[in-house]
Amino acid sequence: MYSEKVMDHFTNPRNMGEIENPSGVGTVGNAKCGDIMRIYLDIDDDHVIKDCRFKTFGCGAAVATSSMATELVKGKTIEEALTVTNKAVMEALDGLPPVKVHCSLLAEEAIHAALWDYAQKNGIEIKGLAEPKKDIHEDEEEEEY
Amino acid sequence: MDKIIYLDNAATTKTAPQVVEAMLPYFSEKYGNASSIYQLGAESKQALTKARDIIAESLHADPAEIYFTAGGSEADNWALIAAAEGYEAKGKHIITSKIEHHAILHTCQYLEKKGYEITYIDTDENGIIKLEDLKTAIRQDTILISVMFANNEIGTVQPIAEIGEIAKENGILFHTDAVQAYGHVPINVETLHIDMLSASGHKFNGPKGVGFLYIRKGVKVRSFIHGGAQERHRRAGTENVPGIVGLGAAAQLALAQMKKRMENVSRLRDYLIGRIEKEIPHCRLNGDRIKRLPNNVNFSFRFIEGESLLIMLDMKGICASSGSACTSGSLDPSHVLLAIGLEHEIAHGSLRLTLSEENTMEEIDYVVDAIKEVVNRLRQMSPLYEDFVKTEQK
Repeated sequence: MYSEKVMDHFTNPRNMGEIENPSGVGTVGNAKCGDIMRIYLDIDDDHVIKDCRFKTFGCGAAVATSSMATELVKGKTIEEALTVTNKAVMEALDGLPPVKVHCSLLAEEAIHAALWDYAQKNGIEIKGLAEPKKDIHEDEEEEEY
Repeated sequence: MDKIIYLDNAATTKTAPQVVEAMLPYFSEKYGNASSIYQLGAESKQALTKARDIIAESLHADPAEIYFTAGGSEADNWALIAAAEGYEAKGKHIITSKIEHHAILHTCQYLEKKGYEITYIDTDENGIIKLEDLKTAIRQDTILISVMFANNEIGTVQPIAEIGEIAKENGILFHTDAVQAYGHVPINVETLHIDMLSASGHKFNGPKGVGFLYIRKGVKVRSFIHGGAQERHRRAGTENVPGIVGLGAAAQLALAQMKKRMENVSRLRDYLIGRIEKEIPHCRLNGDRIKRLPNNVNFSFRFIEGESLLIMLDMKGICASSGSACTSGSLDPSHVLLAIGLEHEIAHGSLRLTLSEENTMEEIDYVVDAIKEVVNRLRQMSPLYEDFVKTEQK
C-alpha cells in the first residue's frame, strides 16, 4: 500500500535522532491517535537550518513523512522552511494512501512547532508562522456503518 | 529466512489439502443442484447431508439445527436480527459484551436504531466478562444474551457454561459467536445451554465464504434470506456445495486432531509468551493467561506503534496483526484493548500472534529474535521512549 519511497524512508529513516541544545524543538500529535512527531532544529545566526532531526511514534507513513520533512528543510532558511507544506512532503514521497494524509499534515505541523519554539526562545517573529496546533485530528470524523 | 512464517491464524487459516481434495469433485464433476431430482442433484444433496451430520455431531446437536451460511458475519447478523424480531413481543432488550466482534457490535448498533435497547457488559482487565454485571443487567424484557465463546484479539475464553446457565434460568435466549473457538476447543451446546452458535469455515482450515449458524429446535427464528426452500426455508439460495463439503471436511479434521493440536499449539504459545516476557522489557501480555485459546498470543509493547511493527516484521517474512488504529481503519485502537482498560498509547503498540500446528519451535525462536530487534529499533525512534528514558535518568 505504500510507495517505494515511503518504504525506503520508513526502513532507512534520514536524520533520525536528537539534537543536544537545539535551537528549536516541536512535538505534535497525541498518543491517543497513535502518532507523535518531534522535530529538533539547529539554526545558525543567518537563520539557516544547519541540522534537523526527528523522533516519531507512529505508523510507517508517520515515520516516512518525518524523515522526508527533515530532508526538505535541512539547509533552508527559516522562511524557506515555511514553504515545506504537507503537499510537498507527500509529493516527495510519491504520494500517500488517503488514510495516511494526516501524517503529512503532522510533519508540516511538527516543523512549524519547532520553528515556533525557536522564534519564542529568540523573541523574533517569523512572518507567516502562526502558533501551531497541538492536535491535527480535531476535525476528523469517524464514519458510521 | 526466505519462507513466510504465518502467525495470523485468527485472521484466516490455510485451507487444509485434504479439505481442498474433498471439495474438488463438487466443482466440475458433481456440480448438480442439491434441489434437483436426478442422480447428479442427489449426489450434491448427500454431500450436504454428510457435512451437516459431521457438524451436528461435533456440537452434540441435531442435523436439523445446523443452517449453512456464507460465513461467521452472516451467522451473527442472522442470529441477532432474527431473534430480535422473533421475540419482539416479549421485549426489546439485548445483552452483549464490550469485546464482541464488529459483526455483533455493529448489528447491535443497527438494532438500537430500530428501537432495541442493548446493554454492553464490561470485562475484567483480562477480558473475561463480569458475570455479576450480566446478572444485574437482566430485565423482564431481556430477550437475548450474545457473548462470544472466545475473543478474536486477546484469545480469552468466556465462562460460557455459566452464561448459558444464567440465560436458561431466566428464560432468555443465549447466542454465542464461536468463530474463533469452533474447531479449536470442544463445544457441547447441550451442557453449555447454547441456543444459537455462529462459526466460520476458514478459521479452522476450511474454505472462506462458508460457515453455519446452529439454532436450537424450538427457537423462533425467521428466515434470513428469502427465496427457495433451502435450509428448511430459512436461508434461501442454492447451496455452496463445494464450500459446505469443505466445511464438513475441515470440521472432521479439526475434531479428530483437536486434542493433539491443543497440546502442541499451547506448548508453542507458552514458550513464545515466556520468551517475550523474559527478553523484551516494557511489555504486557493482553488477555487471560489460563482461560485462553491454545493458539493466541497478544502483547502490547510500550512506546511503539503497531503498524510500524507489522511492516518491519513483514519484511522479515512474519505475518502478524495489531490492534493499532492504523490497522483498524479508524482513529481509535482496538475496542477490545480499550475495553480491558489499556491506555490508547499502549493499545496502539499491540501485536497479535496466532499460531497453528504447522509452526515450529525454530520459527518461534526466529520470531522472538525478530520482535526483539524491531521493538528495540522502533523504540530508538520513539519520542515517548526518549521521554521515558530521560525521566528515568532524573
